[in-house]
Amino acid sequence: MKAIGLIILHRLGLGLVTLFVVSVLIFASVNMLPGDFAQAILGQSATPEAVQAIREDLGLNKHPVTRYLDWLGGVLQGDFGVSFAQANFSAFAGADASKGGIGSVAAQLEPRFKNTLFLAFVSAAIAVPLSLILGILAALYRNSVFDRFINVATLSSISSPEFFLAYILILFLGVLNPLLPTLSSIFPDMSFGERLLKTMLPALTLTLVVTAHMMRMTRAAIINLLASPYIEMARLKGINPTRVIVTHALPNALAPIINVIALNLAYLVTGVVVVEVVFVYPGIGQLFVDSVKIRDIPVVQACCLIFAAAYILLNLTADIFSILSNPRLRHPK
Amino acid sequence: MSQSGPLVKIRNIHIEGRADEIWLEIVRNVDLDLDRGEVLGLIGESGAGKSTLGLAAMGFARDGCRIASGTVEFDGIDLIAADAVTRRSLLGKRIAYVAQSAAASFNPAHKLINQHTEAPVEHGVMNRTKSQADAIELYRRLRLPNPEEIGFRYPHQVSGGQLQRAMTAMAMSCRPDLIIFDEPTTALDVTTQIEVLAAIRDIVEQFNTAAIYITHDLAVVAQMADRIKVLLRGDQVEESDTRSMLSDPQEDYTKSLWAVRSFRREQKPLASPQDIPVVSVKRVAAAYGETRVLNEVSFDIHVGRTVAVVGESGSGKSTAARCITGLLPPVEGTIEFDGVALPPDYRQRSTEQLRQAQMIYQMADTALNPRKRIGEIIGRPVEFYLGMKGAERKERVEQLLEQIELDPAQFMDRLPSELSGGQKQRIGIARALAAEPKFIICDEVTSALDQLVAEGILQLLANLQDSLDLAYMFITHDLATVKSIADEVVVMKNGEVVETGPKDVMFTPPHHPYTDLLLSSVPEMDPDWLTGLLQRRGVDNIGDAAVDKMESR
Amino acid sequence: MNIVISLILWIVGICVAGWVFRAVGQRIRFPSERLNIYFRDMPLMVGIGFMFGIVSLYFVFHFYFIEKVTFFVWAVQGFVVFAISAWLFLMLGRNVGTQMSRKLFREMPATASFGLLIIIIYSLVAVFAGAIAPYGQEEIFEKINVLPGGDPATGGDPRFLLGTDQLGRDLLSRLIFGAQNTVGIAFLTTCLAFLIGTTLGFLAATLGGWFDQFTSRAIDALMAIPQLIFALLLMTIATAWAGSNKGLITVYMIVIIAVLDSTRVFRLARAVGLNIVVMDYIEAAKLRGEKLSYLIFREILPNAYAPLLAEFGLRFCFVFLTIAALSFLGIGIQPPLADWGTMVRDLSQFINFAVFSPLTAALPLMAAGAIALLTVAVNFVVDWMLHRSSGLKE
Repeated sequence: MKAIGLIILHRLGLGLVTLFVVSVLIFASVNMLPGDFAQAILGQSATPEAVQAIREDLGLNKHPVTRYLDWLGGVLQGDFGVSFAQANFSAFAGADASKGGIGSVAAQLEPRFKNTLFLAFVSAAIAVPLSLILGILAALYRNSVFDRFINVATLSSISSPEFFLAYILILFLGVLNPLLPTLSSIFPDMSFGERLLKTMLPALTLTLVVTAHMMRMTRAAIINLLASPYIEMARLKGINPTRVIVTHALPNALAPIINVIALNLAYLVTGVVVVEVVFVYPGIGQLFVDSVKIRDIPVVQACCLIFAAAYILLNLTADIFSILSNPRLRHPK
Repeated sequence: MSQSGPLVKIRNIHIEGRADEIWLEIVRNVDLDLDRGEVLGLIGESGAGKSTLGLAAMGFARDGCRIASGTVEFDGIDLIAADAVTRRSLLGKRIAYVAQSAAASFNPAHKLINQHTEAPVEHGVMNRTKSQADAIELYRRLRLPNPEEIGFRYPHQVSGGQLQRAMTAMAMSCRPDLIIFDEPTTALDVTTQIEVLAAIRDIVEQFNTAAIYITHDLAVVAQMADRIKVLLRGDQVEESDTRSMLSDPQEDYTKSLWAVRSFRREQKPLASPQDIPVVSVKRVAAAYGETRVLNEVSFDIHVGRTVAVVGESGSGKSTAARCITGLLPPVEGTIEFDGVALPPDYRQRSTEQLRQAQMIYQMADTALNPRKRIGEIIGRPVEFYLGMKGAERKERVEQLLEQIELDPAQFMDRLPSELSGGQKQRIGIARALAAEPKFIICDEVTSALDQLVAEGILQLLANLQDSLDLAYMFITHDLATVKSIADEVVVMKNGEVVETGPKDVMFTPPHHPYTDLLLSSVPEMDPDWLTGLLQRRGVDNIGDAAVDKMESR
Repeated sequence: MNIVISLILWIVGICVAGWVFRAVGQRIRFPSERLNIYFRDMPLMVGIGFMFGIVSLYFVFHFYFIEKVTFFVWAVQGFVVFAISAWLFLMLGRNVGTQMSRKLFREMPATASFGLLIIIIYSLVAVFAGAIAPYGQEEIFEKINVLPGGDPATGGDPRFLLGTDQLGRDLLSRLIFGAQNTVGIAFLTTCLAFLIGTTLGFLAATLGGWFDQFTSRAIDALMAIPQLIFALLLMTIATAWAGSNKGLITVYMIVIIAVLDSTRVFRLARAVGLNIVVMDYIEAAKLRGEKLSYLIFREILPNAYAPLLAEFGLRFCFVFLTIAALSFLGIGIQPPLADWGTMVRDLSQFINFAVFSPLTAALPLMAAGAIALLTVAVNFVVDWMLHRSSGLKE
């Protein structure tokens, strides 16, 4: 058991290092901006004095390394800095923006982050069981009518851009048969059922995309597994097919399946951006795109870091689970 | 259960396999009969369809294969017409299977004993507790170490030879009427193979089980089978009882198979001690990272001589070759060529030094670039080392092709994929010859080939040695090959040289106990060989048990 | 919530129907013995699969003949036309041409020939867009927001078959030029990504040591950020650099996506390279004293073509979709260049008019469908190529 503990610690350490490197990467990319934040906030026509003042305010005349450490220190305490768009606004309002007030990025992110998590959970709750079942069935009855139908359907779904699927769903479920709302206006005080209904279309779109990926990967993993000699051995022992799957294939399929799930949840992270824009869903994806357009750097930076962290975390989880489910590592010689 | 008639009756069976949307026949019109308690040896070269036929005797075809026509009757039940439930009720219970690779055929996620008890419990033969006790009893009979405890380990915690015996025990779990052994010892070393053979033969006799024993090794089948059936590319060639098959084969193909073993080359006298050896390995030690894999290895190879380096897998024989070629620079010791020390790393050696030592590989498939034509493969060293170009180069390549007995006009523009295994190996030889070296390392050059083809390659190598005065380092685990071609023998174990000497001396005991064990473990064509050996050495003095004893001493 | 209940009812109903279908099939004695055996050994899921097929067919029938959803009707008609021409194309390939090409076509499944045909059509449209399109992509007419259909009675104009957009540009022309811009830029980007990725990947595989360590770690770090997110972040900076020069944004986008995508190419090239490097023929060449360039170009590269070509197809799809997504978000290919992603965004609100003006609602879907169709086609071909090169029967 000692060895496996060490391996997991090693992976966790590696994950932390990756996160650190990613934060450096993001910070460094943002610092490639021409001019600096101050200029970006005030625009080209600003007077040098005003620019200087803002620069002082934001600490831009400090060394980049110091600034990075300040930023990282803030992030670790949940302070992502001040949003430019909100900063201008709050300057007029006379509020202290820097400490979690109206203008702070953190305050802006929090409700949207919850919304995005809700959307991701709903999609995952539909997609994961559905795709696992379909994937396993397609693998079991490979080359049958069922398998071929699913193969063509998933291939088409993977190939379509998310917004295409989204609009198709809107057309059929929202406009022609008005079953579901096409705009996801979500408020904090909504009831759960209402919220779920409003989230349904974006969630279905994500489900379509992710299910296709996940199903194909599950199918491939299971087929790979079914070709292994110990499955043939089990069949030659006269064990009934259900038992072959349950006791011989599944314990070994765990690692690949967990991997597939984690990879696709990580894929959701990217998919969420486009889908949120299509449905005007108030999540971080939409906030991210809006901030990119108006170059609200602190928000872009924060969103980017959150997406990357989610991505790394999911991959790390997959890694650790597949180590845990490997009998060779669990029972060393 | 009807007691009359044969246990297995296969008639006119045709089995097809799919290749690129087309079905090709793998087995053609074969009949097979097997009586209760009888062991039938099924032999043939790779691609003869013997495994496919063995599985068909269970009414089973692998994915991508199908039984096209014919009947398979097991104890009067038609297995092909039977539905899945009937077939399943026979598999594991009355017909069992032992696969080639036990390591891959045991489920890594479960303990051995749980996999053992699965079939008896599922088929309702025994309950779990009884089956567990029975498993331990079977492990004891198969002479597995710690029979009480070994079943509670996971497959990866048990060695290959032991796994193979555990699988035999698993096949026995329901006391079947028939067991199919599909090359059960092919993946094992000779010293391990012998204990598995002894164990299998013993247990099959004890329970009077009928068996189909599939192998490509004639000497092995001679020990195991009552009757032998020979297959060639899906057709049956000949069938008769073991002794008459060995002493009096009828068909030409069978005769030629038997003849392989008779190839012997005159042993050359030892080179005089004053002669400078072509290659001299002096107290070489090597390591992969921190792990030492070679220690104090020394031997000489003289002009025109073949030195066979033998040992089981992991003995360090291939590593020694990597040290000589400079791919793995030794951590201690030197390699001398014609009395001059070579730089340890191949990148520091001169082109001339590289040219003098060439190598022929085990797997001809991976040794030839699949995208290059034969003319280019052989022509490149001609151009690279000797600077020949254009017509001159072409002429030289033609010469080389003639030397390896292939028609230049026919082979010059072919791709490696268009050649047979033996032809590819010949191209490998030609590529080595093209450099006009003094010394060639042959790394298991015949072990991937069928016996007839392998003999041709050995003959060719012998002829080339005579005409070009080449020195060979011949790495092999196959002692029959050593007997036929070597002048001197180096025995290696665990990265050390156990013993060296001329072939005739080495093959007459008594010697170092490991050398004796290794040499005596090589099966011979005599059907009484295994019985005799067991009588001479005793059951506890073969295989891993003997090695363990030697090491504890 | 009743939608969830009806969905569950549908699924349960289909499953039951599948079971009944199988049970009935097993009872009936068919004259053909093969059919009897087929039903006897039929797994339940295959029976259910048949029912699913029937239900899908019913829905196709329903939307095509009863509801007559414009876009759907076009899609079905297009599918039928393409399927027939793909079949003709396959027959043509099997009977005309050299021995090699005929053999290739004989082994080709219908999906792959469908994909190949689509790819050929797209390439032709992209190359000859200037000749095919009735107007230029930037040409602005006085009539804005003309409805599609070309029928004056419903607000159309025969000069503009698909109508015009909010600026008065001909939509048909923009759709055709979109092929040139979107596909061309994606192709260029993929080529660039391959150039970077394969060069570094093969170098890492052959050199090993610190170079391999360094590049692999750097690529790992780049891949730790989701691609679209990183692309958006970098595009923010790029737009700031480009300022008011819209063309420059497109150039930056090509470079950014190529670099980000080359990470995946690197991974594959390195893996393929490593598989080849361990081969004995590479060892033989090394021991012969061959130089690095000979090893890479003469020994490794010729053996890596097949997997790299398949990967090229997959990467192209991915790049194509990424660019479309960026453009859809308004940060990719910039106007006045016509491109499908931007078109979908600009026309998307027309979807809501589907009930009154089905033709208009079909427009954004056509642009999006054009993207989807090409990726499906490429995926079909790649699927077949992978299947062929692995040589597996599954």
